[in-house]
Amino acid sequence: MSASLLAQILVYLAAAALAAPLAKRAGLGSILGYLIAGVLIGPFVLGLAGDVEDVGHAAEFGVVILLFIIGLEMQPALLWRMKGAIFGVGLAQVAITGVLLTLAGLALGLEPRTAGVAGFILALSSTALVLQLLEERGLRRGTVGASAFGTLLFQDLAVIPLLAVLPLLGDGHGAEAGGHAASLLAHQPGWIQALGGLGAVAAVVAAGLFLTPPVFRIIARAELREAFTAFALLIVVGAALLMQAVGLSAALGAFLAGVVLSESEFRRELETDIEPFRGLLMGVFFIAVGAGVNLPLVASQPAVIFGLTAGLMALKFAGAFAAAKLFRLPTRDAATSAVALAQGGEFVFVLLTAAIAAALIDGALAGTLTAVVALSMAATPLLLSAWQRLSRPRVETQAPEDNAFEHEAPDAIVAGYGRFGQVVTRLLMAHGLKVSTLDVSVEQIALLKRFGRRTYYGDAARPDLLRAAGAAQARILVIAIDDKEKALQIVETAREMFPNLEVLARAFDRRHAYELLAKGAHVIERETFEGGLAMGAEALKALGWRAYRAERAARLFRRYDERMFEELRELWDDDERFVVAARESSPRMEDLLRADLQLQTHAHVLGADDDSDRRPL
Amino acid sequence: MDGTARTLVILAHPALEQARIHPPLAAAAEATPGVAVRDLYETYPDFAVDAPAEQADLAGYDHLVLQFPFYWYAAPALLKEWLDVVLTHGFAYGDKGERLRCKTLGCAVSTGGGALARQTEGLTAKDVGLLLRPLELTARLCGMRWAEPFIVRDADLTDQAALKRAAAAYSDWLGGLGR
Repeated sequence: MSASLLAQILVYLAAAALAAPLAKRAGLGSILGYLIAGVLIGPFVLGLAGDVEDVGHAAEFGVVILLFIIGLEMQPALLWRMKGAIFGVGLAQVAITGVLLTLAGLALGLEPRTAGVAGFILALSSTALVLQLLEERGLRRGTVGASAFGTLLFQDLAVIPLLAVLPLLGDGHGAEAGGHAASLLAHQPGWIQALGGLGAVAAVVAAGLFLTPPVFRIIARAELREAFTAFALLIVVGAALLMQAVGLSAALGAFLAGVVLSESEFRRELETDIEPFRGLLMGVFFIAVGAGVNLPLVASQPAVIFGLTAGLMALKFAGAFAAAKLFRLPTRDAATSAVALAQGGEFVFVLLTAAIAAALIDGALAGTLTAVVALSMAATPLLLSAWQRLSRPRVETQAPEDNAFEHEAPDAIVAGYGRFGQVVTRLLMAHGLKVSTLDVSVEQIALLKRFGRRTYYGDAARPDLLRAAGAAQARILVIAIDDKEKALQIVETAREMFPNLEVLARAFDRRHAYELLAKGAHVIERETFEGGLAMGAEALKALGWRAYRAERAARLFRRYDERMFEELRELWDDDERFVVAARESSPRMEDLLRADLQLQTHAHVLGADDDSDRRPL
Repeated sequence: MDGTARTLVILAHPALEQARIHPPLAAAAEATPGVAVRDLYETYPDFAVDAPAEQADLAGYDHLVLQFPFYWYAAPALLKEWLDVVLTHGFAYGDKGERLRCKTLGCAVSTGGGALARQTEGLTAKDVGLLLRPLELTARLCGMRWAEPFIVRDADLTDQAALKRAAAAYSDWLGGLGR
């Protein structure tokens, strides 16, 4: 690795590490922090950023990962339910906004073709920015999130025909349009390109369904965390590259791969492993956008640039708002979604390059538009904050938004879905409680799948996975795994990270039970105690005792043993004293049990006047 | 449990979470000075009543109250089990069995509710006296003083205010057991 590359990484990491927390502290949100940091390290202020375009390309991978993660959260059935948001609101937004912006371009004196091209290019919003922003503001899972996301997804789809159409609109010699979609099929006739696209989609779906599960199982069995992460990234990159090769958007490919894997039992583990990459790369992406702002251009004609930015955002707001209202969104939600969508997107940069190549737009106009788009991106977080503050009084009286994406919060999480955890889970589910289960055994998951039961692959000792399983909302955590050390670790993690959870733990033996309690478990159950007790009662019956007496003997045994467990609790870490006390308590227990028999329980009271006959009648 | 409590209420209700009358009554008992409440179905979900522990515990109280709804004109099964295994020969009656002597036995019961009440048009105070007769005889055998029972009729408790009044009356009744 060369020193200059390392130096560049250092600059970006430093900017990311400092900017986001500082901006968040100042109430600006992390995105604005990244953008400002980008401007600061950019060529016109500190000049530390290096080749911004290269970094931007690398960082676009963050967007790809983001779409993959969103895909993971979106089961096909959910996606189907969103078709209205995608092809209704999304199509309407692009059409209305595109027309509005075209008219504005004409009014500003552009020639019709240029106005149309610029208008539809600018109609697209920034998937990366909007999704990150909605996530940050906790808006991604409600009505606003669903409608905005549908729109963004449609826009991502719209990039493809736009890229295809640009060269055709040009003067004919601009066939080599845009470096972004380096399609292998670019020179083929349209129907081959279409076939290629369909084939690539089919390949991603097939690979997701048939190829990945066995590989995941092999990796999980090998217990190599980094191999799992590597494979997860491999899936994303593979899907993205394949789609790009046939001229489709890489983000779309990643999204598709995510949707296919959303039904997989490895979903949670995938999500958790890949999430840090997304966060970091998205940060770098925004820094790159900030660094790309042409400050001298803005400074030379501030009135024009700021005026255009304001105009662009106003029209984009109007278009998105009209589209949302057309599909009967509540006014406040429609407005929030429209504010969030009122900026130019990252695809603008790509499409502008293509448009220049097709001689549809000249360099000067493209430069101006790039600056305007970057400024609109920077302005969006501020505007959304202002709008949220403005509309807040009514927000609080609103009923909670229905969750279009979110799964229902579980009542209980069961870690370890083996013989023990299954009994627990079945009892809870039989009573209509919602249970989220986790297991690390691939064989077990596969076996259960054959019986139609779902569980997720994942190590419950990891707080992020616990969170993904719903630990923040659940009321109890049942630790049902048979790994002593890991059980202790999970108790510790859960008590520390999720104080809301009541922790019930399966104990291997008495000593382990004490250790679990010391770590903060609320309830313990010794795994073999109940089984041994039941067998003891059966043994008494086999020896001729009547069932009720045997049963009662077992219950009393349980009670005395539990009492003794409590008494010896103070001594468990002192081996010597513990053994002595335990040995002393054993005959004491026998005395107690015999005493119960001698109490003549259930002796009939009718013969009470006659003290001599105290046997039950 | 209050260390200075003189009165122990044994509460037997298999479905307390669905009940309307007994939770406020139990709460009133808890709040009455000198009264401790034992929720039998919560303490012994497996019906394995711990006789030695219960017997040792009873020694510390002067007044014993059995609080329950009528199930088939009698106390719920676990209360009967409690009587069966705790009031044993040699403890409660018979040779040297005088550990409950001179203590008070009182009953706090609810009647009526639902279809049964409509068909029988509820139970009169006299009916309740008849139904409690076995417990009265038990008290006599153990040499205990039989207190006039505390009876609430479901049909009378139509609203929150009536429930509140009943709870207050129960608290007064508990406080008056010694006199």
